[in-house]
Amino acid sequence: MSTTFRFTINGKARSVQTDAERPLLEVLREDLGLTGVKYGCGEGQCRACTVLLDGKPVTSCLTPVSAAAGKKVVTIEGLAAGDRLHALQQAFVDEGAMQCGYCVPGMILTAAALLERNPRPTETQIIDAMNGNLCRCCGYPRILAAVRRAAQGGENA
Amino acid sequence: MPDEMEGFEPERYELREPPVHEFALSRREFVEVAGAGLLISVSGVTAWAQRGRGRETSTSGTLESRLHIAEDGMVTLLTGKVEVGQGSRTELAMAAAEEMRLPLERVRVVMADTDLTPNDGASSGSRTTPSTVPAVRSAAAAARELLLEAASRQWQMERGRIEVRDGAAIDPGSNRRFGYPELARSAELAAAFKQALPAGAAVTPVKEWRVLGTPHYRLDGRDIVTGAHRFPSDIQRNEMLYGSVLRPPSYGATLVAADLSAAKKMPGVTAVREGSFVGCAAPTSFAARKAVAAIAATAQWETREHPSSERLFTYLKERAVKEGGDTRRPRVQRKGSVEEGLAQSTRRLRAVYQVPYIQHAPMEPRGAVAEWEGGRLTVWTGTQNPLNARGQLAQAFHLAPEKVRVIVPDTGGAFGGKHTGECAIEAARLAREAGRPVSLRWTRAEEFMWAYFRPAGLFEVEAGLDAEGLITAWDFTNYNAGTAGMETPYRIPHTRTRFLYSDSPLREGSYRGIAATANHFARECCMDELAGAAGKDPLEFRLANLDNARLKDVLLEAAKRFRWQERRKQRRPGMGLGLACGTEKGSYVAACVEVEANRGKGYLRVREISMAFECGAILNPANLRAQVEGAIIQGLGGALTEEIEFENGKLNNGSFAKYPVPRFRDVPPMEIALVNRPDLPPVGAGETPIVVVAPAIANAVFDATGVRARSMPVRVKASTS
Ligand code: FES
Ligand code: FES
Repeated sequence: MSTTFRFTINGKARSVQTDAERPLLEVLREDLGLTGVKYGCGEGQCRACTVLLDGKPVTSCLTPVSAAAGKKVVTIEGLAAGDRLHALQQAFVDEGAMQCGYCVPGMILTAAALLERNPRPTETQIIDAMNGNLCRCCGYPRILAAVRRAAQGGENA
Repeated sequence: MPDEMEGFEPERYELREPPVHEFALSRREFVEVAGAGLLISVSGVTAWAQRGRGRETSTSGTLESRLHIAEDGMVTLLTGKVEVGQGSRTELAMAAAEEMRLPLERVRVVMADTDLTPNDGASSGSRTTPSTVPAVRSAAAAARELLLEAASRQWQMERGRIEVRDGAAIDPGSNRRFGYPELARSAELAAAFKQALPAGAAVTPVKEWRVLGTPHYRLDGRDIVTGAHRFPSDIQRNEMLYGSVLRPPSYGATLVAADLSAAKKMPGVTAVREGSFVGCAAPTSFAARKAVAAIAATAQWETREHPSSERLFTYLKERAVKEGGDTRRPRVQRKGSVEEGLAQSTRRLRAVYQVPYIQHAPMEPRGAVAEWEGGRLTVWTGTQNPLNARGQLAQAFHLAPEKVRVIVPDTGGAFGGKHTGECAIEAARLAREAGRPVSLRWTRAEEFMWAYFRPAGLFEVEAGLDAEGLITAWDFTNYNAGTAGMETPYRIPHTRTRFLYSDSPLREGSYRGIAATANHFARECCMDELAGAAGKDPLEFRLANLDNARLKDVLLEAAKRFRWQERRKQRRPGMGLGLACGTEKGSYVAACVEVEANRGKGYLRVREISMAFECGAILNPANLRAQVEGAIIQGLGGALTEEIEFENGKLNNGSFAKYPVPRFRDVPPMEIALVNRPDLPPVGAGETPIVVVAPAIANAVFDATGVRARSMPVRVKASTS
């Protein structure tokens, strides 16, 4: 039951022919080699699999590929402008906001969507937006510091 | 044979089990392993040696096994350690850069590749800092000596007049340089690198450190934030398939029958059953899961009775091994006579504590990619013990260990939960069947149910106090939890400390801090009860019963930061203060916490934590702080919410939805004092800070509610009266 789906991924038009029920997560990873998108639970609880769908963060593990058809998908691989890191990516590096780093792509994309709609979030707004993202290394304090830093235009809070 | 044994082995829960499967040989492999005998194995070994393989045996103990200097001056450090987020990659690079007088950017670290890297043991037990850092430092210091030696020969100049800095030997008079690129091109280097590591090259004293002791973040941070880093489950090979494995419906269930025919008819699917192993490989994970689901629909299982978590602690006590063979005899350590100590006491106290199973739940579940090529197996997998995984693979497939290469890409978390190679074995079996590389990544549900757990434990403590509030006797019995951190650090004349094995209903193994968390929970909660019985402040009571200066120091430091004494005087309704301290793996820790607890509402929240931690000379303060923060927050999970529930051989809460772990909102304000002791050798730091979190909280809950919390996780039950 293969169908062809077309979408824009990280700014490029792509199409895949596949089963409509497959999770977007697996199509991105297995068919398109975008392994920056991470599996953490498959149940919508950890958001390691976050991608931006038309600018909104979604859990790609629970999003069937068919739901992405015709839309713009941004994965962690598409966030930097060439060699120039996105402000959040730079802030995560500058704050050392990673231990194993497995949760980081999902964290950055969730935060990117937040800063897009609210460039100057309060501490509570950041925590509310990020609370769905798990970090089992429990590096939350530095991740918060990184988001704060990016929101303040690269300055340490 | 006595029914008890004196002394504890340091770590009981290094999981030692045979591989999960052992497979028959295929005809072709049989000829290679057994039939052709010597000839092939001899030529095989030679061939690997020529290709730089089999370093572990052929070059161990040489500089070459540890360091490589390229002609452009880039240094490659080789280590069998793995990076799972604990910061070992950066720490070891810093150690090499320090001793070689190189900028950190000039050191690259190749980790955990059984064909390339030396045997540095497993990445567990906080051993990287006390064992591998010194090994790397002496090798790097030896390389620096070679540089100095070569420069002195070249310039005909005394060594003492030459300086080594900025990656080169420098003649301060003329400013001429002889650097590592020059050394790399010299014939002496090649020869020297083949020789046994020269002993005695002096490592740099702490006060002269320029790289060590300064803060550094992950060296490959850029690859992490761009998604470029490939974790084990991200490795992709040409023609690779994805796997899925049929799991039993419950613990102990055995497969009676399964029909693979429907799965085999699906396009591109390879299905295999051998013994209890059933799995499928397919062009996508989705197709592999569908194929396994088709088999599962036909599978018949024979199930077995399995105890439920409801009865866990009764079960552990009933099954405790009172006498046993060499391996399962009770372990005991005695000082004086507990009977005498109790007889001298004016007050006695008895209490029972419980610690349940918990799951590591690393963010990246077990993952492996397996590839066969000419009878050789290569596996990329996330394991803390690549040599153990290699051994398991070799045994499972009847291969000589040298025919198995295990590579561990920096992995998405472990916390002691990835000492094994089961996922790699499964991937390799599928890859052999399919004749193509196979990637297998466990689902979160599989990781919850089929990985191993931190051991549960039951504790019985009896203690006696004299009229001055000094402890006269301490009788401590631990069922099943393990021996780490079990001995009391307090000054007590009469003690008996016992560990009893039991039959664990669940597969158990290591965990960050392992048994030290359970042992500290029981001990430090009991210390609080004793302080209460003595009518003393918990801090003063501990100090009065303590001689250990390092432990006292952290206790006082945490209390000072927290303003313990003042805050004890300003009581606030609904709020409680608690503290705990301890030592494990050579480091010392203390924490003070404030909780808000309301029995009417069954409400508990940690408002603030202050911790002091001391682990000798600090190697990388940035990473140390991250490790301490992570340990505290991860410890909040075990302290407040995490508890595996099982019934009829199934988990009741094997998902993140049902097994809450700490999130952003759960992080309280934290104050962390890193006590630096440049005069003391550095020891590991990733584990010990976790051990005091739960008892400090339990003690604070008592302070707030007047009711003792003697089980982990600590809960405030809504009062029913
Ligand atoms: S993998 Fe999608 S939410 Fe966890
Ligand atoms: S850094 Fe390891 S899960 Fe977040």
